[in-house]
Amino acid sequence: MISNSRKTQSLLKSIFNGRRAVIAIPYLWLLMFFMLPFIFVLKISLAEPIMAIPPYTALFEWGNSLLPSIRASLESYLFLFSDSLYIKAYLSSLKIAIISTILTLIIGYSIAYSVAKAPSRWRGILLMLVILPFWTSFLIRVYAWIGILKTEGLLNLALISIGIIDKPLIIMNTDLAVYIGIVYSYLPFMILPLYANLEKMDMSLLEAAADLGCRPFKTFWTVTIPLSLPGILAGCFLVFIPVMGEFVIPDLLGGSETLMIGKVLWTEFFYNRDWPVASAVAIILLALLVVPIMLYQKSQEKAIS
Amino acid sequence: MKKFGSFNIAALVIGFSFLYIPIILLILFSFNESRLVTVWGGFSTKWYGELMQNQGIKDAAWVTIKVAFISSTVATILGTIAGLVMTRFGSFRGRTLFSGMIYAPMVMPEVIIGLSTLLMFVALAVDRGVFTVTLAHITFSMCYVAVVIQSRMSSYDDSITEAALDLGCTPFRTFMLITLPIILPAVIAGWLLSFTLSLDDLVIASFTSGPGSTTLPMKIYSMVRLGVTPEINAVSTILVGLVTLGVITASIIGRKQKQQTI
Repeated sequence: MISNSRKTQSLLKSIFNGRRAVIAIPYLWLLMFFMLPFIFVLKISLAEPIMAIPPYTALFEWGNSLLPSIRASLESYLFLFSDSLYIKAYLSSLKIAIISTILTLIIGYSIAYSVAKAPSRWRGILLMLVILPFWTSFLIRVYAWIGILKTEGLLNLALISIGIIDKPLIIMNTDLAVYIGIVYSYLPFMILPLYANLEKMDMSLLEAAADLGCRPFKTFWTVTIPLSLPGILAGCFLVFIPVMGEFVIPDLLGGSETLMIGKVLWTEFFYNRDWPVASAVAIILLALLVVPIMLYQKSQEKAIS
Repeated sequence: MKKFGSFNIAALVIGFSFLYIPIILLILFSFNESRLVTVWGGFSTKWYGELMQNQGIKDAAWVTIKVAFISSTVATILGTIAGLVMTRFGSFRGRTLFSGMIYAPMVMPEVIIGLSTLLMFVALAVDRGVFTVTLAHITFSMCYVAVVIQSRMSSYDDSITEAALDLGCTPFRTFMLITLPIILPAVIAGWLLSFTLSLDDLVIASFTSGPGSTTLPMKIYSMVRLGVTPEINAVSTILVGLVTLGVITASIIGRKQKQQTI
């Protein structure tokens, strides 16, 4: 009896220690390669740019004294607020992200709703058709639109040959092209959580509403939409947050007047080689996105449990 | 509830046309004889031949495959462990932070991830190259794997694992002999997802790569900036074809496995 309980105890102990080791493996990896880098961004955002490798000043200087002297400078941040370009870029990203999230939601909801209502033998293949572009390269899908939207592109050729327009439409290198690119690229991210939610919906609630004399349109607004709110939220977060920092789409489809903060960060880093300003841009963008990211995490945890 | 009606049919037809016409046109014009991407000059596979001559693309493709293969394999191991930790380890100190670190990389703008990872490598004086790109890819891919495993575990029957443990099987053996074979389709799906994510990534690779480690998306991006050419269409078509093949294979594996368990 005693030996048995001791055995259980030692087994429990080994499980417990093993348990901690198992948790530690992915935990430490993410701390090291996801969390730790933000400390360096913060540190470099407080440095000053210099012509050197790496192109920023050291934050701590080890002089003769035991304690290092700290040379933090808020210059990069002050610069961001003094030059209206940056504030405009943040606001313009916010506007583009909000409008494209709404557009994606409207289009995505119609598709997700129709897939969920389709005969069950079709649903598998329809879902597969939604997922396939999600797996296809983002860059390639954006590139595909260049050939369609440019002035001598396929869309203008088609519209002119049908006779709808005589002069080519200027879509390429405008905000409109950016919206088309974003909605197109992010549509699967919206449809998948919406579909997962709509598919599980309890149809008897809709029948109850109909039996009680509610018209289909009203049922949709007062029953279907509120019930699918978790899916709507998840989809909107999945579109809104990454679009705020989008780089590829405004770079390839947008024009010189399309201002998005992801592109500004890229330019500061790769062309101006001003690492402290690029870091400050990233820190402020991160600060803006912390709350949406935490809300997204909460909604996902709820959905899983 | 109203039946599947004309609105639904219209939504699906228009929606799927929107999703697929650009890709179909892209593929079509990769077989165009003419160098002009918008004018049809007859069927030809000459751009594929030209692709085979392009050493830059071949080198970049090789780097990309190496990175994708290693990063997806490591990410699948780490992500599977992370998915199990999220679903089967109850509460532990720092759990909220852990789940935050799993979900945040999936929505976090890539420019932020790329910049921060690079700055860490520079500060720690790690030479940039294939190695650093691989590390960065493992980190974001493992989060996707963790979520795939997590959703698989939500419908996993714990009584089998408990039976094995009760009969004296060690936790590690139980995992290898019982849990892993059952969740294998999800693990394979996670690996394929990681592989394509790594294959696709432009932004994070641009930040974390160094000289001699140009990946295929970086090469394509630099070509796209110079203009639309049938060569880009051809390389894109090959990539789209490979991914489609992978997704269909994965779904067939998944379906077979489902039938077996039922």
